[in-house]
Amino acid sequence: MSGPSTFVPKSAIGRWFESRLPVMGLMHSSFVAYPVPRNLNYMWTFGAILSFMLIAQIITGVVLAMHYVGSASQAFQSINDHIMRDVNYGWLIRYMHTNGASLFFLAAYIHMMRGLYYGSYKPPRELLWIIGVVIYLLMTATAFLGYVLPWGAMSFAGATVITNLFTAIPVIGTPLAHWLWGGFAVGAPTLTRFFALHYLLPFVIAAFVGLHVWALHVTGQNNPDGVEVKNVERDTVAFTPYATIKDIFAVSVFFILYAWLIFYIPNYLLDADNYNIANPLVTPAHVVPEWYLLPFYAILRAIPNKLLGVVALVAAIVILAFVPWLDRNPVKSAKYRPAFRFFFWVFVAICIGLGYIGSQEPNDAMTMVARILTGGYFGFFLVVMPVLSFTEKTRPIPASIADAVLAKKTAEA
Amino acid sequence: MTAATTTHDPNRRDFLYIATGAVGAVGVAAVAWPFIDQMNPDASTLAMASIEVDIGAIPEGQIVTVKWRGGPVFIRHRTKKEIEEAQNVQLSELRDPQTDAQRVQKPEWLIVVGICTHLGCVPIGHEGKYEGWFCPCHGSVYDTSGRIRQGPAPLNLAVPEYKFLTDTKVKVG
Ligand code: HEM
Ligand code: FES
Repeated sequence: MSGPSTFVPKSAIGRWFESRLPVMGLMHSSFVAYPVPRNLNYMWTFGAILSFMLIAQIITGVVLAMHYVGSASQAFQSINDHIMRDVNYGWLIRYMHTNGASLFFLAAYIHMMRGLYYGSYKPPRELLWIIGVVIYLLMTATAFLGYVLPWGAMSFAGATVITNLFTAIPVIGTPLAHWLWGGFAVGAPTLTRFFALHYLLPFVIAAFVGLHVWALHVTGQNNPDGVEVKNVERDTVAFTPYATIKDIFAVSVFFILYAWLIFYIPNYLLDADNYNIANPLVTPAHVVPEWYLLPFYAILRAIPNKLLGVVALVAAIVILAFVPWLDRNPVKSAKYRPAFRFFFWVFVAICIGLGYIGSQEPNDAMTMVARILTGGYFGFFLVVMPVLSFTEKTRPIPASIADAVLAKKTAEA
Repeated sequence: MTAATTTHDPNRRDFLYIATGAVGAVGVAAVAWPFIDQMNPDASTLAMASIEVDIGAIPEGQIVTVKWRGGPVFIRHRTKKEIEEAQNVQLSELRDPQTDAQRVQKPEWLIVVGICTHLGCVPIGHEGKYEGWFCPCHGSVYDTSGRIRQGPAPLNLAVPEYKFLTDTKVKVG
């Protein structure tokens, strides 16, 4: 979609530079002249929000790393005494980073659900979607590694449970876990290497975000009506000013939420147990991950067999990568797919239900509900998607984006 | 060049390609190994192999947790009732069948690694249906012999290598 740039810098220096390294032309064709469908709604601003959150995490993270000590004997104090009390504005930057991770996931979930609802994973955007799944995997890895760094009781329990997932692999599982730990249990060597990796992964994420945007600019954006751009003149508007201003507005609103979390309820999403230092001889009475991993935690606990539980946990995420081939209905947007739309909202309810169960103490009744919901989670992908691919009676889709917009205008008039 | 001259039997050049490739692969593996192996438990970790514990002060009914190889070991001074319960279990009821006698050297002393065989949390003593241990993470239940009875864990709590040096002293590891 981003054709050859017609950008010509105004100044002589600009032209000199541009003929040697056309960076400004690339920026211009990607973020100024780039055509965006004219019917996009606010669900399409979450990409920009995510980009800003990644930048916020990297900046606050690098600052924290200037004061944090990645050693088991000092990590807890370096955060709770040093950063939170002594370092100038340390408390602020720490709360920005911690709550930033949560909001990063909130934005990512909305972004992904948007993709599911409007069929953004369908041809020609399969690879774009899969790169997104890879980014999501890297985000969970990064957040998990980061959560270990404060070396509180919950950090330790989380590190133990997650690294022990590998011990479910037959034969090589236990040696692999020892290799990850650098010992026979999570300990000092584990913390130090997790810090190194937590510093590394965000930059890997940034590289994948680059690929994600590149792929996006090759295929162009999907849109609420799910019909492809046919006529650039009629169906699209220029990225700047239209998308730019809308994105800036959405990011600002999102940052108000972010500021509210940081300044009014900075500990709401944190676990009180993590203000106790890690003790390898005691596990806190109620072990729960951060809210954004709760649904997967519930799936893990729903299955009474260790290996199968881990397989289900991994499958719950990996299955996302196969969605382009599970849902083969040519109509993209749920707007024109009444049955799919219904099941989509059931799926959202299932995810929230699993999240709730993941936060509760495990007992028999909860486990039963968790099993039903786990069945529903996989059923959405493995039954609903393939069946509706061929049987759903879809509504007629508009001939073009312009037609959809104009139809709405006349209906309103 | 005709088609006939481009197809040929394996010759000296093919051999050189394969030989070069093989040497290259060995070289890559030789360089990769130190980068992989550096993550494994280091010499100082391996050196902390055994500990000695004075068990004379542990009253009947109590569990003491000691640290061995970076993790917990439970030393449980079992009561008569607990021993009986542990011994009177049908092997067919067990997920990981072991008699109590296979798991202890002296019936009053149960010594097990305090790591849940599910995903590694530290179970809580005197809790759960069998009053052995209950794991707070995903609800595994162990009996008074440390055997898995309910929940997702596949195996009994492991029995470490240990030796009674005297009646009140035991060496773990
Ligand atoms: C993808 C972006 C990132 C995510 C999702 C993320 C997530 C997290 C999380 C969840 C924590 C635990 C916070 C707590 O419990 O207080 C954390 C801590 C930490 N992160 Fe990050 N992080 C990211 C990027 C970075 C970067 C680029 C650095 C730079 C080195 C960094 C450095 C740190 C440090 C030093 C800590 C320990 C301090 C603390 O816990 O407050 N992070 N991170
Ligand atoms: S770690 Fe004990 S039940 Fe999962």
